[in-house]
Amino acid sequence: MATNPPLLELRHVSQVYTSGERRFYAVRDINLAINEGEFVVLVGPSGCGKSTLLRIIAGLQRPTEGEVLYRGTPLQGVNPHASIVFQTFALFPWLTVLENVEVALQARGVPKKLRVPPALDLLDRVGLDGFENAYPRELSGGMRQKVGFARAMAVEPELLCLDEPFSALDVLSAEALRGELLELWLSGKIPTRAILMVSHNIEEAVLMASHIVVMEKEPGRIVTHLPINLPHPRQRKSPEFLNIVDRLYAILAGQTKAEPLELGSAPGEPGTTRALPHVTINDLTGLLEHLDEMPGNRTDLFRLAEELKVSSDHLLLLAEAAELLGFCTIAQGDIALTPLGEAFAEASILARKEIFASRLRRLPLFKWLLAMLQAAHRHQLEWEVVKTALALEFPPDEVERQLEIVVDWGRYAELLAYDDSDEVLYLELGATPAVATEGKPPAAA
Amino acid sequence: MAQPARLFKTEQPFQRPLSAGDVVVLAALAVLLYVGARLALAAPEVLQGPTISLAPVALPWYAFLSLGRMTAAYVLSILFSLLYGYLAAYNHRAEQVLMPLLDVLQSVPILSFLPVVLLSLSAILPQGIAAELAAIVLIFTSQAWNLTFTWYQSLTTIPKELREATATFRLNAWLRFRNLELPFAAIGLIWNSMMSWAGGWFFLMAAESFTVGQRDFRLPGLGSYLQEAARQGDVRAIAWGLIALVSVVILLDQLVWRPLLAWSERFKLEMVESENPTSSWFYSALRTARLSEWLTQKVWLPLREGLDAWISRRLAAGEEGARARGSRPWGLYGVAFGGGLVLVYGTWRAVQMLGAVPWSGWGAIGLGVTATLLRVTAALVIALAWTLPVGVAIGTNPTLSAWLQPVVQIMASVPATALFPVLLLVLVGLPGGLSLAAVLLMLMGTQWYLLFNVIAGASAIPQDLKFTTSLMRLRAWQRWRTLILPALFPYIITGAITASGGAWNASIVAEHVAFGGQTLSTVGIGALIAQATATGNYPLLLASTLSMVLTVVLINRLVWRPLYRLASERFRME
Repeated sequence: MATNPPLLELRHVSQVYTSGERRFYAVRDINLAINEGEFVVLVGPSGCGKSTLLRIIAGLQRPTEGEVLYRGTPLQGVNPHASIVFQTFALFPWLTVLENVEVALQARGVPKKLRVPPALDLLDRVGLDGFENAYPRELSGGMRQKVGFARAMAVEPELLCLDEPFSALDVLSAEALRGELLELWLSGKIPTRAILMVSHNIEEAVLMASHIVVMEKEPGRIVTHLPINLPHPRQRKSPEFLNIVDRLYAILAGQTKAEPLELGSAPGEPGTTRALPHVTINDLTGLLEHLDEMPGNRTDLFRLAEELKVSSDHLLLLAEAAELLGFCTIAQGDIALTPLGEAFAEASILARKEIFASRLRRLPLFKWLLAMLQAAHRHQLEWEVVKTALALEFPPDEVERQLEIVVDWGRYAELLAYDDSDEVLYLELGATPAVATEGKPPAAA
Repeated sequence: MAQPARLFKTEQPFQRPLSAGDVVVLAALAVLLYVGARLALAAPEVLQGPTISLAPVALPWYAFLSLGRMTAAYVLSILFSLLYGYLAAYNHRAEQVLMPLLDVLQSVPILSFLPVVLLSLSAILPQGIAAELAAIVLIFTSQAWNLTFTWYQSLTTIPKELREATATFRLNAWLRFRNLELPFAAIGLIWNSMMSWAGGWFFLMAAESFTVGQRDFRLPGLGSYLQEAARQGDVRAIAWGLIALVSVVILLDQLVWRPLLAWSERFKLEMVESENPTSSWFYSALRTARLSEWLTQKVWLPLREGLDAWISRRLAAGEEGARARGSRPWGLYGVAFGGGLVLVYGTWRAVQMLGAVPWSGWGAIGLGVTATLLRVTAALVIALAWTLPVGVAIGTNPTLSAWLQPVVQIMASVPATALFPVLLLVLVGLPGGLSLAAVLLMLMGTQWYLLFNVIAGASAIPQDLKFTTSLMRLRAWQRWRTLILPALFPYIITGAITASGGAWNASIVAEHVAFGGQTLSTVGIGALIAQATATGNYPLLLASTLSMVLTVVLINRLVWRPLYRLASERFRME
């Protein structure tokens, strides 16, 4: 079904930003073609640049390197043949449903008389008949997103870009809306030639896509391009379906590597410093306790996503954290509790803290920080000082987050403490249990 | 009817206390003042003011004149704000200059410029026009800055996805302005407009009734009516004047501001229906009226559509033109260079003029600043002492709030400068009369900012925290210390910043008055400025005005800003 040239093509596209002397890649050397008739879904861990890629394709962002070709010609500015459905709907709250759709047409110079009928027709087709004069705040999330779809389709885009359109919706409306979108798309009732969707839900991707593009982070790049040839409507419980989901988890969750590789290097040393996954101790404990109850202490990651009712993005982060701390091993989409993880899951609150502390001390990032604190005057360092040191390792917006995770984990393990009013980090000494427990996460409660 | 909590807030951007930009801005102000003082040399010695009729029938006309001045200044302020904010938000280079400038301007005591502006304008223009212009300029400078700040702030905080939506659907600059930027800023603009008008009345009353020595700068209006009535001791006229003033303010509130607020409910970004939206009988009446429905359908909507299409066509044509021309900012560099030269030369001349001030003059300035500072502090302390308990009582008690809020709002709506002549009538015989009156004027002008903020803060204390303190059986003082004071702290600070600005302004009109044929004066920087104006001592006028500006800016940066930062980082309720 592919024609020549593709509808959209990315050639060696990179998005670089510089911070001081360091250059960080949001996405690096991306080559991707989207052909007519394709429904391409981008999946990958959070921070892999899939949203950046979508914005580059829509022309909202100019890549620092590489070319974006639309039907063979380089793209200049906003892509006039594309429109976007946003995660947060991005409706104008002060305009009615009809006006929200109309404004997209008005921007293209369509006079009032000619833009109201098609707008009404579209609202009718997405099932919003009778709600034309309602304001978005009067609608449920699912219906708001329908307005988002109607607005995006009103300009008859050839390429429809969907930026996690279902992730802000509750489970039932998301499911209903997915079905309706598929119906519109498969029946050919809309002039859309191709769809590009960013998703953080692997099952959703397998349900809808004709092609799944798997990305990895640091730097954001494409690792797999997977055609999905299952016929519609797809059965979530069918072995073929589950097989593909399992395979995707296997790709995304990677394999537990040898220890030095797994842990990364300390800041300032050669090699990359491993960024800590953004998870809270509470969630991590929940995962381990759940695994501890499983027969054989192991399971498929995709089953876990379903049982714990978490998005695949979040689950992958949790798995990454558990693996990094040596509580789990991951192989081929399966996650298994290590003896240590089992001990942690079954330990008392205080014993958990001790196990956690001993695991943190192995991480090069913590080793480095604790050594710095040990050497520092009065065993304390200013937040800004640590931040500056870390700025050489992580992109600017990541530094702050990494430091927050360090403080959160470190406080839980009682390895270090942080005083918010003075903005200093200091070593937690066993002899002074009463200092700076203010603001400690309620994880231990 | 639920009263919305009114919060008086002056924006405080986080940055270093004093930067190079501030020095440049202050130098530019010095140059402006110098030019004013130079022009003032040619100001006529004697200025004949208008005759003010105390007949009640003259009041509607006076009210109309006062309202006209306010409206003219407000329209100017809005236009200025839209342009200035746009430039600052979308042009990074302009932002670097414009925002520090705005930051200094908003903390400058505007009223201290009044004498210089009046003198210089009357040197080049006929008396009536000069006074009109000075009044409008003065009100403009009191109204514009906070409007500009809120507009700039909302432009820079529009959610990313809404911006992306306008980009991807290719809304042009006009459609973006009408559908995104203006609606997003609407609530902030309306609130700040209300605040601007409240402040504007204060300055209008001062400007309309300003006289020093032989120079009578008065303008026919409500301010001069009240002043004349107090001068003649005509109690009936005073009552009529106050009734007229309060009616104008209340009518504006009922027919303009509350309908606007009710209408602006739709611009809330939250995607939930608000529980008790602002209501307005006038707005409801307008909405249900046949006529307004007909006007909307037949006139307003087609007109808007036509306007949209027309502007969009013009914009499209303009864009092509701009693309053809290309852009090299040589002109800009030229202007900047020229401006720099003028600035350096002007600063030098201003310093020369300051050199003419004798040491004794500087001594008097130092003494004056100290005295006024003490008065401002006293006014703030007194205001805080009564607004805290009263504000907490009103804010935490819905029944009390329901009937006290409107009363307080009406009392607060009377500009303190209008009451000042009346106040003098009573206080002038007492020992330390003017000094006491000056503190009272400051108090009257500033306490409302604090009161409204305390009410807003008290009503924002979460119910479950109040329950917790009751469950813990904390005693009254402990409850204040652990819950109420920390929760109110940010509100008190934001109120106090606005209040102290107002108090400094009040010193200009409060410390030196011509009253009943005699001139009363007390020690203070405001008195010094007024005396310098009366005697035509222009170097002293420049020196004292500059000293006051510098003092207030420094206090703002070194005292209020750190407190504000503390408030917004440590004591924020989330």
